[in-house]
Amino acid sequence: MDSPKAAPSAARPLSPHLQIYRPMLSMMMSIVHRITGGALYFGTALIAIWLVAAASGPSAFATIQEIYGSIPGLLVLFFYTWALIHHALGGVRHLIWDTGHGFEPRERELLYRLTLGGSIVLTLLIWTVGYAVRGGAG
Amino acid sequence: MRTPLGHVRGLGAAKAGTEHFWMQRMTAVANLPLTLFFVAVVVALSGSSHAGATAMLGTPWIAIPMLLLTLSVTFHMRIGMQVIIEDYVHDELLKPIAIMANSFFAVAVGLASVFALLKISFGV
Repeated sequence: MDSPKAAPSAARPLSPHLQIYRPMLSMMMSIVHRITGGALYFGTALIAIWLVAAASGPSAFATIQEIYGSIPGLLVLFFYTWALIHHALGGVRHLIWDTGHGFEPRERELLYRLTLGGSIVLTLLIWTVGYAVRGGAG
Repeated sequence: MRTPLGHVRGLGAAKAGTEHFWMQRMTAVANLPLTLFFVAVVVALSGSSHAGATAMLGTPWIAIPMLLLTLSVTFHMRIGMQVIIEDYVHDELLKPIAIMANSFFAVAVGLASVFALLKISFGV
């Protein structure tokens, strides 16, 4: 019997794939949602390491704080924050779609713009407040 | 004679029907308030000393949501990464290895975080 994996005997037309399309906001946002999810997956290890260091004692905690507080460390944490907010807002968008709403072209565009704009504004806001708190702590 | 539809009905790549979809959405909903809380905790802890950080992380009203977040996030990320693996890894040996490694990573991250939070809380 025919296996679904058997090679097609005739050259049948295939459905168009990614490379056929002009990049659009909708597909870029979908791709970015997946990439941020993948990045956050590995980023959770950074949080686990930070918690384990805090549980281990002052010297381990100081080491990790120094690494995370270095320029490359801060850069990673900054993009981690953005990925987290972007993925969270993208998740809200998907939850709205799950209810059957927000599929009209204008609504979709609005949701994409809110996700992208919101992720940038909120990330900058979080870091501004973070530095204000740090300044306050001396 | 089984049709291709008969082969896949009720199974799909995850072999578990819609269970994954539902857990993905449920943990996503749980993650939203817990992540907001987590961001607030990290911002409040920015630049604090070890004593300050552990004192804050060890209070029940911080530690309990942090534990809930760990549970929900590690569950959510395990499902999410499994979907990515199922989309891109088709090798019959590599795929189960990747799916296993995914579970190992998620459980390791989750358990390490839970252990650390409990140790900080109970101060042993």
